[in-house]
Order: sequence, then structure tokens, then C-alpha cells
Amino acid sequence: MSDKLISKIPDGPLAEKWTKRKSELHLVNPNNKRKLDIIVVGTGLGGASAAASLGELGYNVKVFCISDSPRRAHSIAAQGGINAAKNYQNDNDSVYRLFYDTIKGGDYRAREANVYRLAEVSAAIIDQCVAQGVPFAREYGGYLANRSFGGVQVSRTFYARGQTGQQLLLGAYAALNRQIAAGTVKSFPRHEMLDLVVVNGEAKGIIARNLITGQLERFSAHAVIIATGGYGNTYFLSTNAMNSNGSAAWQCYKKGAYFANPCFAQIHPTCIPVHGDQQCKLTLMSESLRNDGRIWVPKKLEDVEKLRKHIVKPSQIPEEDRDYYLERRYPAFGNLVPRDVASRAAKERCDAGFGVNETGKAVFLDFQDAIKRLGHQKVAERYGNLFDMYEKITASSPWEEPMMIYPAIHYTMGGIWVDYDLQTTIPGLYAIGEANFSDHGGNRLGASALMQGLADGYFIVPVTIGDYLSKKFAEPLADTSSKEFIQAEKSVQSRIDRLFSIKGTKTVDSIHKELGHIMWEYVGMARDEEGLKKAISLIRELKADFYKNVNVPGNQYEFNQELEKALRLEDFFEIGELMARDALNRNESCGGHFRVESQTEEGEAKRDDANYMYVAAWEYKGQDQEPELHKEPLKYEFIEVKTRNYKD
Amino acid sequence: MEFNLKIWRQQNAKAKGHFETYHISGIEEDASFLEMLDILNEQLIREGSDPVAVERGCQSSGPVSFDHDCREGICGACSLYIDGRAHGPDDHVTTCQLFMRHFKNGATITVEPWRSAAFPVIKDLVVDRGAFDKILQAGGFISVRTGSAQDANNILIPHDKAEESMDAAACVGCGACVATCKNGSAMLFVAARVSSLALLPQGRPEAKRRAEAMVAKMDELGFGNCTNTRACEMECPKGISVSHIARLNREFLKAKFSD
Repeated sequence: MSDKLISKIPDGPLAEKWTKRKSELHLVNPNNKRKLDIIVVGTGLGGASAAASLGELGYNVKVFCISDSPRRAHSIAAQGGINAAKNYQNDNDSVYRLFYDTIKGGDYRAREANVYRLAEVSAAIIDQCVAQGVPFAREYGGYLANRSFGGVQVSRTFYARGQTGQQLLLGAYAALNRQIAAGTVKSFPRHEMLDLVVVNGEAKGIIARNLITGQLERFSAHAVIIATGGYGNTYFLSTNAMNSNGSAAWQCYKKGAYFANPCFAQIHPTCIPVHGDQQCKLTLMSESLRNDGRIWVPKKLEDVEKLRKHIVKPSQIPEEDRDYYLERRYPAFGNLVPRDVASRAAKERCDAGFGVNETGKAVFLDFQDAIKRLGHQKVAERYGNLFDMYEKITASSPWEEPMMIYPAIHYTMGGIWVDYDLQTTIPGLYAIGEANFSDHGGNRLGASALMQGLADGYFIVPVTIGDYLSKKFAEPLADTSSKEFIQAEKSVQSRIDRLFSIKGTKTVDSIHKELGHIMWEYVGMARDEEGLKKAISLIRELKADFYKNVNVPGNQYEFNQELEKALRLEDFFEIGELMARDALNRNESCGGHFRVESQTEEGEAKRDDANYMYVAAWEYKGQDQEPELHKEPLKYEFIEVKTRNYKD
Repeated sequence: MEFNLKIWRQQNAKAKGHFETYHISGIEEDASFLEMLDILNEQLIREGSDPVAVERGCQSSGPVSFDHDCREGICGACSLYIDGRAHGPDDHVTTCQLFMRHFKNGATITVEPWRSAAFPVIKDLVVDRGAFDKILQAGGFISVRTGSAQDANNILIPHDKAEESMDAAACVGCGACVATCKNGSAMLFVAARVSSLALLPQGRPEAKRRAEAMVAKMDELGFGNCTNTRACEMECPKGISVSHIARLNREFLKAKFSD
């Protein structure tokens, strides 16, 4: 194990670890906070809540986002809800149960202590958001309402229609706006971080491109927080927003931050299927739909044929000829199995020839029973906006016929390695939310991404970062004319110059699309050794083709979206390769990572705890050098590690 | 399907803009409007790099810049004025959820940026909506520090009030209301935020101050006045009702009387 991989997990009983750590952390007194600058990159739930909370504490915060406003960060698109161990339903929920469900859902590849802390602070998130004016759904008595999500048997998900992410982000953004008005936070919209500046081994600033003027700008601080989300867009087609990218995190990796479990990517079972080759974005249908929707394909192949030829409508297929395959295979959890399990089951049926659309890559999500049971109004209240959205896109009404869905890339559990304080292997550099690797193991449960983003941003990093900064208040802000800043800017400039000098004939998107095909084919829902090796060589060939044939039009000193995309694609090649490399190393199936070589007789994922119960943390060793693998062993002291069972 | 696209081109905020017309074909009915623009851009980049086309006199201004991100109608980034309507001919959608099946094959489609003094053009179809952030910074929040909240169920909110607040809170901040309004007023945007918070008990303590501060900031930033044409409500992708403007006016008057 590398001497850098010190997780700083406090000793003692699980339930007391966070309290213990908090009591050990050094504080910064209010006068000294004014002398300290913090850069926050990204304004989703993690970044906005961290920047606002740090501003309130009295630090000088600079917050950066690539959009025209912090409010557009991709957290806004989260639909279904946010988990919290409130036990408002009296269904025997507890901090322990939320912790347990999350560890089990993650297939025992997350740290016990981190996950327990997440569950512990979850309740305070709901309190905070309600106080901010987030209009969560209410019962008639005025109390908060809940619903269920996959992988759990209690009802602990709080929601605001199908727009929970939007409402939570508007809450965090409002808190951020309040601090911007108060002058504690300075906002830099339309700025993209292109490099991390490290001085004497510590994070001291960033190089960002002003996306309007095209100028490269230098910013220094006493600490840097990365909150830029995941790298799902490596696959080109995903549910991520078009501009979501892995570049900020990747620059940190190249400056020495270890990157953990890159192969853990989540494939969400309920997305609108691909409709043609002109598509560039997949749309998610919230997991909350699985509360009341039933997933099925026909039992008979002749019915499948008729459906594909539009001879029959799905609603005309009689009940006895339908295969509700999740209810059949996993009776205890039924349609609410975790995402990885539901996705693989859909693939299994489609691979067996039961896919219900022309491409053979779709299954039904049916609400007829729910409409009968609950009535039109109740269903409309719960899912009305999702039904409308589906109908807008597909021109088919879920009130009349079942939705068609298929799995798609949605979230990445892997990310920058962090210790218990959310600090990376570079002192002064922190990573929060989806950008880090810490809480979801091999698979994230639904409604937990919002929980983690806000837990990290409101309650964890504002506290832990103080411990580092308590030793820094006497240090002046790093000089942006120092050689480290000049060097970092130069290397960004040479990347940009190189891209403009190629003057080839291929567009950035056309090459990104090819990368997506490679990733989906070989590093997608089912992976094997041969395919992963092939992926690595194909990605390298494609990257070489990019550097020979790409055409980046225009120039640097203008608003230039093609340049933005080209810079991000450079990083996606490398991220994709590391994902394949990590998947190749992890010769077991766990969570969203399914190795064909490692399955049970029934085709279920088979973990290999003896050999792979560790966090794979990769260290960058230089361009075209093999990265070095470091292992952080995972110890389960408080729970028994079992085979995940959603059958009984 | 095929179309003629008459698109506003403007190099930067200071440059003079003009329309250019492009022909595009092979578009699927199920393609979204923005996917169609993606395909146009692929075409423009290829033509721009094709020496034969350049020799023929093809003087492309390069790919068309436009704001977009989630493509699910929720981030509020996309902002196109299509054939004289904010977000195009379909009702209650953002441009990213507008599909080509809503257009006649062979049609000429005019695409412009939001036109408003408060939203200057950055490039082509991209505008600066920073004024919206500034209005919200003036008071679009509840002043609560991280960590100081009581248990969430201590604040009871009747179901219908929560739903009404949510109706207003659904605003995506796209700016269609401003682009549509003949006066360039931001009243619906401001009202949506003021109303969603004023409907909740935790939003009451600052309700008056909030209404005053946000309206003052809106006026200062060069947005026009509301003359009750209700055009904003018609074009709002989230169908936000002008009844929230009435609530904003009540809050604003209450604040003025109590001053």
C-alpha cells in the first residue's frame, strides 16, 4: 500500500467515528478565516453547498462553473429524490439501516466509516433544505411525504415531484447567491478549469479559460475543492448533460491525485431507448417510476415479432403472456431491485431476443395496474411531469401504452481518491460529490447522489478543510506569477495550440461518438479480458486518429464550443483507457462492474472478496506510461459481508 | 426531412449581426431541434475544412454557437427564438424538447437569440443572462445558515400550499418570459421566485424585503415594465401562471405601505 493512501478513519465504534474526528479537527478562528482563500470548482449540489457554507463561515471563496449560471449544473436534472434516515414513516428505518442498505447496494466496495457518516448527516440535509424553502411533497396534514427507491425495503426518499434535484440545487444556489451578495463568495461563470497548480506538493490554484474571451486566467488559493461531477460522458451517449465532463478531475490526477475505482460506472435501467444515429443524449426516466411501474417483456417470441411490426399494441398482450422478469427472478424486491441488477436483467432478456422495439433493445415499464389501483389523479401527482416528458420525446402516452425503456450510462461511482476528510493525495486538494469515489462502492442506490453531494458540501468539507487551513493562515496567497503558475498556463496553452494546428477533416463529435461505441461495446454492461484489451488498443488508435485528423475550427480568443469539446475529449480518451485498465485488473463482478468470467450458474454477479476487496487507486506516471496501481484494503469491522441477495 | 435554416450570426457582443441561410437534409422526424443544429454544425465544420468547398466560394462563419446542456428541459440553458416564438412552435417546452415532427418538411425556419436589452448577445445565439443571477442575489433566498435548521417536520406546510409553491419554483430561469415580453420585462421570473418563497411559512419573515429588493434590482438592470399582456405565461416552458405576478404585486405593495 502506498504511503499516501492513509484513509484517516478514526478508531472506535462506527457510530462515534465522525464525532471523534470532528473533535480532533483543528479550528480556524474567525479573524483568520478572512485571510484564507478557497477555490471551489463546480456548482452542482456539492460545489454550491460547499461554497455557500464556506462563505458563511467567513472564508474568501471563488467559485467556478462552465455554465452561464451556477444554477445549470447537472444536479438540476436529478428527478426522483433524496434519501434520509428520518424514519418519518415508522417503518423501522434508522441511520444504521440506511448505512447498511448503501454498503450492501454498493456490493461491499465502499468504506464503512464514510458510508455511516453519510447516513448520519442525512437527516440534517432535509432540515436544511426545508428551512431554505425547498418545496418537498407534503401529506395533507402538512408533514413531509416519502417514497421508495430501489434496493431498499423502507420508504425514506424525500421528493419534489420529479424535480427534486432542481429544487435542491435552487436551494443551494440561493444560499450561494446570498453569500455572493454578502461578498464572501465571488462567482466565475463560464470559466473552465484546465489545470491544477501545485506548489511544493500542495494545491495552490488553478488555470481556467474564460469561455467568453478565451483568455487563460490564473487563480490562487490556500485550498482547492473539486466538485465537477462524474465522467459518464466518456461513453458519448449517456444521461449526463452535454457539457458534463471529467476534465477538472483528470487534471488533478495528472498532477498527482490518485484516481480510484474508475471502472465503477452505473448503468441506469430506465432510460428512453436510443432512436437513431443522430442522437447525442439519452433521457432518464426516474427510478421512482419503479415504485408503481411494472417491468415486463412478452413470454413468447411471436408476440415480440408482432410488437416490432406494430401488429399488436403492448396493452393487447394478455396478462398470462407477459414475463414480469424482475418480479419472477427477485420476488423479495421485485421491480425495486438495485440499478445494476435491473440493468443486467433487461440486457439478459433483450439478448435472448425479447427486446420489444425495432432495435431489439427495449423493455416495457407499465403503469396500467397502478392507474387501476391508485386512480388517474394520484398517478398524475406522483409522475405527471415524467409522463409528459416521455410523451414529448416519444410521442406515445404512458397513460395509454407502457413506456419503453433501456439501460444507459448514468453515473460514475469511481473518482478522485479521498481520505475520510475528503482530501485527495495532494494536500490542500479536496474532492466532493460524484467527483470523488468514496461512498457508493460498486453501485450507487437511487436518491443517494443528491444525499452525498449535499452531505459533503454542507456538513463535511466545511468542517474538515479547517483542519488543513488551520496551519495555513499565516501563509500569503500563492503568487500567480510564480514559475508553477507560468508553467501550468504554458502547458495548457500548448495543448490548445496543438489542437488548432491539426486542421484535419473530422469533427470532435464524430470521434467522440466512436469512443462511445468502443466504451459501450467493451467497457459497458458486460466486460471480459479479451474485450477490455481490445478496448485499450482501439482507444489508442482512435486517439492517434484524433491528433492526426481532428478539425477544431475558429480560434482560441472567442467563444468556441468546438475547442471546449476537443479539450474535454482529449481527457475522455485517457479516462476511457484507465476505466478499461481498471476493469481488466478487477477480475470479479461487483456492483455495476460485470466481468463475464466471474458469474454464478444463474448468471448473477460473483464477487471475489479474497482477491479484490480493495479500492484500486491509480497513480499517474506520465504521458504514455503505465499508471501504478495502489490498493487500499477494505475492512468490514461492523457488518457481515454477504452475497447480495434480492430474491428473498 | 429537409429544411432551410435562416440563422442569426454574430461574431461577438460588439460585432454587427446578420442572417445566414443553410440547407439541411436527412433529418429524422424524431430528432430534436438541437440535434438538428448539431447535425448542421457537423456539416458546417466539414464544409469549412473542405478545400473544394472553400474554393467554390463557401464562406462559412463556422459552426453556430448556442447554449444547451441537459437536453431534458430542466437546466434552462437553451434559449432560441424560433419562427418568432421563444422555444419554437410547440407549447410549454424548452427548445431541447422541441422535435422536428412539429415542422413542415421543406420549411424555412428562422432562428434568433433572445432579443432583450438586458440579455446582450455573446455570440450567434448565445446571450448573457447574468442579470437573472443578479436579481436573485438581491434577495431570492431565505437567510438560513448551514446547520441552524430545526427538524424538518416542525414546519408544517399544507399540501396545497406546497404544491402551489412548487408550481412557481419550477421556473428554469431560461429567460423566455423576457424574450417574449414586448417590454422586455422580467416580472414572471421575479414573481416565480418571490411567490414560491412567500407561500411557505419559512419564507414569510423576509417576504417584503425580498419583493422590494428583487424588483428594485430588476428595474436597475434595464428590464421593462409589466403591462399585463400575459405573453410570458403563454411561452413559459414550465407553464408558470401570471397569478404569481399578482402575488408579487401584493407583496410589493404591502412592503411599500409598511415603509
